[in-house]
Amino acid sequence: MSTNVRNRRHFMAQATAAASALAFPMVGGAQPKPVKIGVLHPVTGALAFSGQQCREGALMAIEDINKAGGIKALGGAKIEPLLGDAQSQPQVGAAEVEKMNEAGVSAVLGAYASAICLATTQAAAKYNLPHVVDVGVADQIVERGLKNTFRFGPGYGVCARVAVINLHVLNTAAGKPAKTVMIIHEESLFGTGTGNLLARELPGYGFEVKEVIKHANPTRDFNNIVLRMKSLNPDIVIPANYYNEYALLVRTMQQQKVTPKAIYSVLGGAASSFKFVKEAPESANGIIDCNHWYNPKDARALALRKRVEAKGLFFTYEIFNTYTAMMYLADAINRAKSTDRAAITAALADSTFSDHFMPYGPTKMVNGQNTGAQPLMTQVLGGDIKVIVPREYRQADPVFPMKS
Amino acid sequence: MTDLFILFPSILNGLTTGAVYALIALGLTLIYGVLHIINFAHGAALMLALYGVYWLKEAAGIDPYLALPIMVPAMFMLGYGLQRGVINRASHGKDENILLVTLGLSIVMENLALLFFKSDTRTIETAYTLTTVPIDIGFAQAMIALPKLVAFGGALVASVVLILIVGRTDLGRAIRAVAKEKHGAKLMGIDVEHVYAMSFGIGLACLGAAACFLLPAYYVNPQVGNGFVLVAFTIVVLGGMGSFSGALLGGLLIGVVESLGGLLLGESLGQIGIFLLFIAVLLFRPQGLFGAKA
Repeated sequence: MSTNVRNRRHFMAQATAAASALAFPMVGGAQPKPVKIGVLHPVTGALAFSGQQCREGALMAIEDINKAGGIKALGGAKIEPLLGDAQSQPQVGAAEVEKMNEAGVSAVLGAYASAICLATTQAAAKYNLPHVVDVGVADQIVERGLKNTFRFGPGYGVCARVAVINLHVLNTAAGKPAKTVMIIHEESLFGTGTGNLLARELPGYGFEVKEVIKHANPTRDFNNIVLRMKSLNPDIVIPANYYNEYALLVRTMQQQKVTPKAIYSVLGGAASSFKFVKEAPESANGIIDCNHWYNPKDARALALRKRVEAKGLFFTYEIFNTYTAMMYLADAINRAKSTDRAAITAALADSTFSDHFMPYGPTKMVNGQNTGAQPLMTQVLGGDIKVIVPREYRQADPVFPMKS
Repeated sequence: MTDLFILFPSILNGLTTGAVYALIALGLTLIYGVLHIINFAHGAALMLALYGVYWLKEAAGIDPYLALPIMVPAMFMLGYGLQRGVINRASHGKDENILLVTLGLSIVMENLALLFFKSDTRTIETAYTLTTVPIDIGFAQAMIALPKLVAFGGALVASVVLILIVGRTDLGRAIRAVAKEKHGAKLMGIDVEHVYAMSFGIGLACLGAAACFLLPAYYVNPQVGNGFVLVAFTIVVLGGMGSFSGALLGGLLIGVVESLGGLLLGESLGQIGIFLLFIAVLLFRPQGLFGAKA
């Protein structure tokens, strides 16, 4: 709230300055008008950690863009973030978009969680306000024909397919030790969608899905779910949930001494998180994840990781996804040569943005989705997170199955 | 599939949760069951107590169990002050006023918490958060988290202390006298206002204790009390209005029903069992499981 007020004041001050510069262009020396971007995340509530990480990623990208001379095609105009808090609730996210629209932003970047993105993209669409989705993996977000919505990263459909195919490959290479699977997912759009996709795809590769269990956010007791796991004794446990619940689930499994052949997560909230690896190294060890990841061989990614860690933060997917999404948006504004919403939307749609450190193929937007985007497979090995698949990004050989 | 070796841990898990439910319900049964104050602010007061424990740990590094001697008197004073200073004054002895006053208090408390603490869900980390204790009864084994075991023991001890206070002390006799016949008690020289405030204070003190036992294995956010207050009212009615042993056993029963419900019906449907049981009791034994026939 106070940040908003502060930002709005800040914005008013800058807007006034910009307006007077426009009114007296000869006197003021024509400072280019800043480009206002709504940066909208759930920085409080159940998703506060992830939301704050996202915001940090966006702000670091904006800092870098401004330092490098701003938007060149607009005479070096600086990007000015207007921060918003979705409070981990879709309806609050939508209300924030309304405020941002009133404040005259040129585009919105956000809003981390799928359920929130669904609401914010819809709200932005009413005003033809371009909306870049930073994480929001549910495919419904880009499947509703909204012309203003663009996602630079992969959706859960792609992630689930990649994960299932690679599980099949790993299992076959190991002599098919794993036959049964249990899926545990959170109850909102992201978890339910991912869980359903997996449950549909896995039988085609010879896996029997023993059970699909849904849980609420927040859940503070996974004992019952882990007890069920104990009785079903699945070879593979697949969690699809947010950080807190993911961490608690895996730690409860450790408490109850449940050791499947693999914990194989798809977009696991904590699976490929340096935070989790540091806080619970034993629980995290060996976990495989199919998730957003950076190109581990790109020096820019490593440099950003150093900067993030120097701030005392963890270099999690929220940070680099939102950082890259902001870069993609800035590139489009530059090519649009305008802060006009329609021009930016058109530039986002025909983007071929390639100056980034994500392990993606060529950028090509089809109905708002970057078809070049792909997840990587990582595994926690020796207290670090290593890329195991695909080969061109591989840092370590996969360990599968885990010794039980 | 749901054989003994998962039923047993689930039942134990339910008992540990149930003990904390019981402690919360005991506070409520004193206020609601005995004094007939419908305290809608019970959940909000629990939330405040949880924040108290949280900040004692985060700001002063005080272990939640060591926070007991701070939280219990603090919550008692809050309760005493609220009853004497706000509820009693604003209600003018009318039940419907009390209802609105406590409802209003809960809204004020929750929104103050929202303002000061934001809507974040907060947890604390202690050295024993993930410690488990193996329990082996021969034909079945279980691993129970240490904080839950401590909560179970602590809640039982606190319940017994409360039952002794109400049953054996002068204050307890005064509380029961006021509950039975307010005017008669007044004529006998009992300071009714004081007894009401003491009861309210003790009821909230139970929440202080419950918060200390709860937080190491739970979380706190401004809405956290809502989940408990409904369960607590259910337990009070289920156990029999004003019955302390009823509240204790009712709490344990509800804990087990909830845990088994979660195990058998799925986590999202776990609480259905509680309310099915509640409806059944209201239909067939309206005075509650342990309540005397009116």
